[in-house]
Amino acid sequence: MALRPDLAAIAAMIPEGTSVLDVGCGDGALLEHLVRTKHVDGRGLELSQQNVNACVTRGLSVIQGDADTDLGEYPSQVFDVVILSQTIQATWDPKSVLDHLLRIGRHVVISFPNFGHWRVRLSLLARGRMPQTKTLSNEWYDTPNIHLCTIADFVGLANVCGANIEQALALTPEGTTRAMRADAWIPNLMAEGAIFLLTSDTAGSVI
Amino acid sequence: MSDPVFLRPLAAPDADKGQAVVFGPDQALLLDSGRSLTPFTIAYKTYGTLNANRSNAILICHALTGDQFAASPNPITGKPGWWQTMIGPGKPIDTDRFFVISTNVIGGCMGSSGPAEVNPETGEPYGLSFPLITIRDMVRAQAMLIDHLGIERLFSVIGGSMGGMQALQWAASFPDRVISAMPIACAARHSAQNIAFHEVGRQAVMADPDWHGGAYYGRGTQPSKGLAVARMAAHITYLSEPALQRKFGRNLQNKESVSFLFTPDFQVESYLHHQGMTFVDRFDANSYLYITRAVDYFDLAADHGGVLAEAFRGTKTRFCIISFSSDWLYPTAENKRIAHALNAAAANVSFVDIRTDRGHDSFLLDEPEMFATVRGFLNSVATREGVK
Repeated sequence: MALRPDLAAIAAMIPEGTSVLDVGCGDGALLEHLVRTKHVDGRGLELSQQNVNACVTRGLSVIQGDADTDLGEYPSQVFDVVILSQTIQATWDPKSVLDHLLRIGRHVVISFPNFGHWRVRLSLLARGRMPQTKTLSNEWYDTPNIHLCTIADFVGLANVCGANIEQALALTPEGTTRAMRADAWIPNLMAEGAIFLLTSDTAGSVI
Repeated sequence: MSDPVFLRPLAAPDADKGQAVVFGPDQALLLDSGRSLTPFTIAYKTYGTLNANRSNAILICHALTGDQFAASPNPITGKPGWWQTMIGPGKPIDTDRFFVISTNVIGGCMGSSGPAEVNPETGEPYGLSFPLITIRDMVRAQAMLIDHLGIERLFSVIGGSMGGMQALQWAASFPDRVISAMPIACAARHSAQNIAFHEVGRQAVMADPDWHGGAYYGRGTQPSKGLAVARMAAHITYLSEPALQRKFGRNLQNKESVSFLFTPDFQVESYLHHQGMTFVDRFDANSYLYITRAVDYFDLAADHGGVLAEAFRGTKTRFCIISFSSDWLYPTAENKRIAHALNAAAANVSFVDIRTDRGHDSFLLDEPEMFATVRGFLNSVATREGVK
């Protein structure tokens, strides 16, 4: 099965043979791809027990756990890359989560839906109701996404956490990716989502 | 080293007795208590074939009252092996691929040195002269057996309940000899509640007038009533309230109304009586005392300055922890605690909690998710290690 375009873009950022922790790894599709094709030493953390069991049955090393509470269990700087794919907006404390990711991994790859996308902006402006789009399809009262942000907001958080932005990609509605300037206003308007490669201030090395 | 012997007199003469190895005075077993055991015997049973480079050996560790007959009929009861669903050709622990070694722990009563066995030095059963043992002592003895079989590294150490504790102890004591470990439905320490239940069992045995201070061998009697009560109390902890409700509820046994007597009225009473009675036919009361004590003493963190992660510092072993959601003897939280400690040691660990209402004993039952997990984990390790 082909990898979802945003996951394929993340996979392209991961070098061969590195150690990878995928936080919120879901059914393990990305992790399995990385283990098979990039021979990474891969681990996963996933909230849904059903997903965890499926991952382990596929031969992946995954444990049941919650990004909001369990990242503190991991020692510092043990993974080359920590991935947080389409999950940060569903965490209770995104800053604490990002702090932990930058502590645990030498590099952090993070993707999220862009709440600054023009459709989102227009929807609120025109309808006066909480926006629903293809990627943000829940009603406001039953959404898991409790901390939505725009690309500009995320850049602000990355700065607060002392992260260096090594690479930034815009996700288009067609599922393609292109490099973007993270601090420019056009990607914040046009990108449906974003993928960032971060390093912590102290990490230094480049993968 | 002498030829394999089998000391247990209970088995039928032509039954499959498994194998055993005797370690002589030059290979004494040094115990945590400070005493040593020599000579001593460890009984085991193997399934499958050891491959040419000796890389496919899996050690199976049994639970409290289990034995080495994991995948073949028990010579005393004639019943199928306790993990016959798990181990065999094409099964999750596939004997077409792996060489399975199932041992009887020291302190046990199926051929390994234990209180019921004859002390070769005196010609009499040990009784209470047998030294107190620990889980680590059991594992030390197993390691000597594995040495004896010429196996350097175990592809996996797998066990449920007390067997899971042994798997953890193996990974902590011999990290370079354990490629992977699967502790199932266990804990890194025996909780106060668990110790309390064990003490009830031991007191029941010791209160039986036929116990005779442990020296009942040769008197033509044994503390069956006490041991049966111990088993009945323990058996309750292996199940769960939903499972007991589903199986028995408050249904009466072969009667329309309660009897106003103390004979069994409820089906659940008859069930426990049956469990107690069948247990005494295959287990030695003193062994029960020794093995429950060994489990009570188990506290892996305490052996490492109170920090469980320290037990696994720098480990290369790949772990898969399995728990069952309705297990109240070794609850999911206790198993998860192990997974967290392994994380803190940056170990490679999977953790699966299987939703079931069948309680602690689920690891012995037909649980498709457990089978799928065991199969998936072993396959992934085999691929990584190049074991065909």
